[in-house]
Amino acid sequence: MDYNISKRVIQIAPSGIRAFFDLVLGMKDVISLGVGEPDFVAPWHVREKAIDSLEQGFTSYTSNKGMPELRKQIVHSLKSRYNLKYDFEEEVLITVGVSEGLDLAARAILNPGDKVLVPEPIYVSYAPVVELAGGKAVLLKTDIDSGFKITPALVDKACKAGVKALMINYPCNPTGTSYTKEELMALAKVIKKNKLIVISDEVYDELTYDFQHTPLASLQGMKDHVVYLNGFSKSYAMTGFRIGWVCGPAEIVGAMTKIHQYTILCAPITGQIAAQEALKNSHHEVQQMKKEYKRRRNYIVAALNDIGLNCHMPEGAFYVFPSIKSTGETSMDFAQNLLKQQKVALVPGVAFGSSCEGYVRISYASSYDNLKEAILRIQNYLKR
Amino acid sequence: MDEILELLTNDARMTAEEIAKLTGKKVESVKKTIKAYETNGTIVKYKALIDPEMVHESNRFVRALIEVSVAPQKNVGFDAIAERIYSFPEVTSCYLLSGAYDLLIVVEGENIQTVSNFVAAKLSSMDHVRGTTTHFLLKKYKEDGQVLKKKKKGTRLNISY
Repeated sequence: MDYNISKRVIQIAPSGIRAFFDLVLGMKDVISLGVGEPDFVAPWHVREKAIDSLEQGFTSYTSNKGMPELRKQIVHSLKSRYNLKYDFEEEVLITVGVSEGLDLAARAILNPGDKVLVPEPIYVSYAPVVELAGGKAVLLKTDIDSGFKITPALVDKACKAGVKALMINYPCNPTGTSYTKEELMALAKVIKKNKLIVISDEVYDELTYDFQHTPLASLQGMKDHVVYLNGFSKSYAMTGFRIGWVCGPAEIVGAMTKIHQYTILCAPITGQIAAQEALKNSHHEVQQMKKEYKRRRNYIVAALNDIGLNCHMPEGAFYVFPSIKSTGETSMDFAQNLLKQQKVALVPGVAFGSSCEGYVRISYASSYDNLKEAILRIQNYLKR
Repeated sequence: MDEILELLTNDARMTAEEIAKLTGKKVESVKKTIKAYETNGTIVKYKALIDPEMVHESNRFVRALIEVSVAPQKNVGFDAIAERIYSFPEVTSCYLLSGAYDLLIVVEGENIQTVSNFVAAKLSSMDHVRGTTTHFLLKKYKEDGQVLKKKKKGTRLNISY
């Protein structure tokens, strides 16, 4: 039967590395540096709270926007951490992870043909989400020499073609790159000048190692420009709970809520209750995890450079994005051969955009012993 | 706690080179700091944490927590009597506590009999010891922050975006 699948869906290029993922998942005893989630489990008090809520029978829907207590807590936390103020009733929405927030933001903002700037390398869902919403992704390509950072000049130049929005993720998956307050202020100028809406995914904000994270929305005059996305997955090691949030101008959050209520209804209640506990009492655990990630980052960057792979020092998240150009291999060949010969899994750069050929993503959300062993194996592979 | 101490507490075998890489410090400076800690007694010794249940001879190994009530001595308080008690090699730990009794000591022996003999012959009969309560340890779940049970493997996939 001819199902005549939606053209919009068919136009989305299939992920070229699905087969590689299947290869990794089918293999045993692999040291994995390919994982996009923490190797910690959620703090025990958070899990304990979730268990308690189930025992007490909290198994219902919640308000579409999410539990008011959780929204209030998020507002309070943003105010105390960043002096960033939102109204919990009109400007906050609880989503099923930041992934849903990205999709909602694109669908709420874009009309057919609207152009959106998407930096590259970037998380895999950005361009597809724009295209599924009828928009057109305009790529801003960056490389290792600039630390994978977009610049005001790059944004300004791209805006000449008539652009509605900019998507940004900092600290970034897959590069770990983040921006200082000064760098963001410079970007803010061109954002205001070109009247851009920014969809700012700051889910790794707590994992910033060398300076304080600054939310784009907290800069003067930027709140009206920014749809601020964040969540509990990375900072609190709660990926499976699937809880994220959106803060932004009431009009945009209202439009997003409209889509959310018809497609998702509400984020799961167990996750929302666990998230409240996480916000209340996890400061110590978050700091411990951050400290551990920072050490591993220091180690992996030094070790990769030592064995001859050019790797920049990223400011946050738990990824590094070294160049493998010195091997003369494509990132896919490198990843496949390394997997087959040395049983180390990582993600080929091409997964994150065509301009990312020649790089691989290494996740250091893995124990120090694993990282040490993986480095030895990569070194063996390079020596072959 | 200093980062170097923190790392060594978790893994005493970590080398100065490794610590330098993890912390971004210079190898020489890490070595110097460790040396200073060893000299001034901050680092007392390096040892392995062993799960006795995994050691075969451990069938002949028991441990007891003993509450000891003592009459403090003039001028030296509890310290002198504590020293008399903790100097026995059978005593592996000794703490002064607030509350219903005074000293909590940990005693190890080959079997219940050896520990009982220690309590009856050496501890209870000591001057200033007014009474003891012995609790034999049945099972260790967690020690020094370490859960002594093989963890189930998590559900995390080996690769994801």
